[in-house]
Amino acid sequence: MSEIVETPTKIDVEERQVGRPLERTDARAKAIGATRYAGDFTMPNVLHAKVVRTNIASATLRRLDMSKARALPGVVCILTGADLPDRMAATDMPGQTGQQRRKTDHQILVGERVRYFGEPLALIAAETRDIAERAATLVEAELEPYPGVYDPIDALEPGAPLLYGADNIVAMQKVRKGDVERGFASADVVVENTYRTQFIEHAFLEPEVGLAWVDQDGVINIRVSTQVIEHFRFVADAVGVPHNRVRIQGALVGGGFGGKEDITVEVYLALLAKATQRPVRLEFTREDSLVGHGKRHPFVMKYRTGVTKDGRITALQCDFLADAGAYVFLSPYVLLYSVVAAPGPYRIDNLRVDAKAVATNNMYTSAFRGFGAAQACVAYEQQMDEVAKAIGMDPLKFRRRNYLHDGETMGTGFVPPSNIWTERCADRAWVALGEPTESSGAVKVGRGLAAYLQSYGRITALHDTSECWVGVEVDGTVVVRSGVTDIGAGQVSALAQIAAEVLGVEMQDVVVYNSDSAVTPLAGTTTATRALYMTGNACRLAAEAVRRRLVARAATKFGVDASTVDMAFGNVFVADDPTQSMSLAELARISAAEGIHRSELAIFRAPFTDKVDPETGQGQVHPDYAFGAHAIEVAVDTETGEITVLKSVGAHDVGRAINPAAVEGQIEGGATQGQGYALSEEMIYREGRLMTPSFSEYLIPTTMDVPIVQSIILESRSGLGPFGAKGIGEAALTPVAPAIANAVADAIGVRIAELPITPEKVVAALRHKA
Amino acid sequence: MNRHRTISLDVNGRVREIAVPSHRTLLEALRELGCLDVKCGCEKGDCGACAVLLDGEAVDSCLTLAWTAEGRAITTVAGLGSAEKPHPLQDALARNGGVQCGYCTPGFIIAAASLLRETPNPTEDDIRFGLGGNLCRCTGYRKIFEAVSEAATAMDAGART
Repeated sequence: MSEIVETPTKIDVEERQVGRPLERTDARAKAIGATRYAGDFTMPNVLHAKVVRTNIASATLRRLDMSKARALPGVVCILTGADLPDRMAATDMPGQTGQQRRKTDHQILVGERVRYFGEPLALIAAETRDIAERAATLVEAELEPYPGVYDPIDALEPGAPLLYGADNIVAMQKVRKGDVERGFASADVVVENTYRTQFIEHAFLEPEVGLAWVDQDGVINIRVSTQVIEHFRFVADAVGVPHNRVRIQGALVGGGFGGKEDITVEVYLALLAKATQRPVRLEFTREDSLVGHGKRHPFVMKYRTGVTKDGRITALQCDFLADAGAYVFLSPYVLLYSVVAAPGPYRIDNLRVDAKAVATNNMYTSAFRGFGAAQACVAYEQQMDEVAKAIGMDPLKFRRRNYLHDGETMGTGFVPPSNIWTERCADRAWVALGEPTESSGAVKVGRGLAAYLQSYGRITALHDTSECWVGVEVDGTVVVRSGVTDIGAGQVSALAQIAAEVLGVEMQDVVVYNSDSAVTPLAGTTTATRALYMTGNACRLAAEAVRRRLVARAATKFGVDASTVDMAFGNVFVADDPTQSMSLAELARISAAEGIHRSELAIFRAPFTDKVDPETGQGQVHPDYAFGAHAIEVAVDTETGEITVLKSVGAHDVGRAINPAAVEGQIEGGATQGQGYALSEEMIYREGRLMTPSFSEYLIPTTMDVPIVQSIILESRSGLGPFGAKGIGEAALTPVAPAIANAVADAIGVRIAELPITPEKVVAALRHKA
Repeated sequence: MNRHRTISLDVNGRVREIAVPSHRTLLEALRELGCLDVKCGCEKGDCGACAVLLDGEAVDSCLTLAWTAEGRAITTVAGLGSAEKPHPLQDALARNGGVQCGYCTPGFIIAAASLLRETPNPTEDDIRFGLGGNLCRCTGYRKIFEAVSEAATAMDAGART
């Protein structure tokens, strides 16, 4: 179910490809089983690798005896920390930016100190997977327990065990705006609450996998499932070769959600391929995957809101504490996103935000769809309902009093350049819930809403760029080349649709070659809801340059001004005289014969800024923001605590839906992932040890758990992306969990301020209330 | 070292021989035979990505020992249809946007084929139940439900003509 409900009244140019719910270019091959993922590649003489992990979260490695493992027939190579004395792997922001790397590199294999459960001790390469697995069981590691710390609050206590450095503080962020004390002084009511979120897991269906080999030029080639082929630089640094001697070829990715943004298997593969000079394949088991990559940061978020009786927010103070786990990874950036988002899509003149990310011996935390802004939304939207309740005002009415509008200033002092359609999205979503379902007996029905702001595009201080090449072949078909990785959201198909639009062909006339760090122009990461915005713009720029040259040649032939020439359906023609027409193939042939350049390599640059002032947080952090809302109706069985999501409606201003079917897919998938975040998903660690190492314990929503999600797509055409697009990847998820939390609170009259809201917590909260 | 035995597997109508130890799963054997359309998601029967039809009924190939499939008809998603002649389920999934990253798609199509064999005109609840053993992290499932429903209608119409 979906509808496009609102577009600007006048659209000058008719769009023939963009805006249509076309079948994605990659869909059919996937449905018939013809798509080859990274794990489907192998080579003759391949070795099979295994990562040996620790079974304790905090320890000192006293002895590591590999002799029995080495003696096993078929074991070809074993690497330990002792073999890599000065080798470190980067954990900083990946990609193409020229910025200096932060000093956050970590050990590749345990040298002396073990900091998290499952930290890699050794790498084994063997003739078969069976042998590699058996060898792993023969490793003898003497690990002496070392005092650990497993709670970020404890980690800040004086005398707490230190992970590294002088204290456990990994990052701090602040925002200062207006005068908070005066704001609270002018408030009629001050509402203070603390909200908590949990560790969660990306749960992409394709576990991490790759194949590496050294070629005739000494280049280490890695075919890998990744969101970021531009890790080739970090991989080269880690193994000690020049950047141009590592090539990363992606493949269509079996899901990412941020979990394949950091390096996964690449460094291990490169080390083993370099050491053995044989092809090496490494495929994580599901348990490897659940143990072995970074999670979403748990946050503790204190909100203190001052408000007048008539519903005007006079001041907001937020204190965030995030668990960074055992290594830094992207924690500083996640924290930055969280503080930018902290006030939500509301006008708050007096604001103070203080945030810390703290090291513990839990699994390290890093990128996850929503990237800190999602955690903030869990808090600010529950707080909006609580404040509304405190002053006896309808929560939607209270929001309407405070929404940020077009041209207004965010908490960071930045004015988003696009439209801010939060209010109309929220109203649409709420109305779409329709007639309320009746409560019946012990089953109580409730409704909730959450609005949001979510950036699209990377942090502007990173100076993000993206490149794309577009060419027209002499038979009139179109080729696109770009390094962009496709993680399942249709990143590649969108480029085909954009090139088809500009060059007047059908989408099936376009082939996109992507995701190869050596031969496709580098497009940056598929992260941060940036692929469509950045690479889509680069693709449009390149296609438009080609179009201009071809149209100019056609205009000469037709004897008309170039402005009157149009391209559509594989033809080039005079717009108001279609008898003057030729095929694109004919025009391409003429152009080729005359040496007219039929291709273009374009670069798109996001806005470049300096870093914001660390003392005030004032300035531009992102290129722009998306706005929208999600509305939920739930039924809560007050006897069993069971929660059923009855209705789920996402309304988002996506700027322009390049492919509305793909946008719906993002909204529906985000709604489902958000439902898991709210109700069922939790990576449970006891003293750092993972207690949920399979999908039997870690519960993502199934076909039996989800409602039919309704998508409402609004198009302000005001975004910075191609054709006015914004981005929907992360935004689709962000408001869902708080909307569910608000619906549950509405149903049972008690706020459960700690995700996930499990039946046990519901029953306990109701008992406590009674 | 576990002793290998040569077994015959009837995969998509073609009999193939493979030497396997007794603990080799059908998932591993099929991938070794080049059936790369059978996906490995968890190797524990939690996700359904590796589902294949055994004599028309969906099973998780990661929980099936290869030798137990001897003498039975194994159908993988590539055996259901092709680019030229897709199975109605494959066609409907592609057209309806029921495919995103696509890694779970073969397993969903196999589970749906098994469901439609037993229940040619499924209700939404039938479809939810029939696909309950398959996990998808991208789509939110709605477009998959719609595709299965559409394919059922198309197959029913095809059967009546």
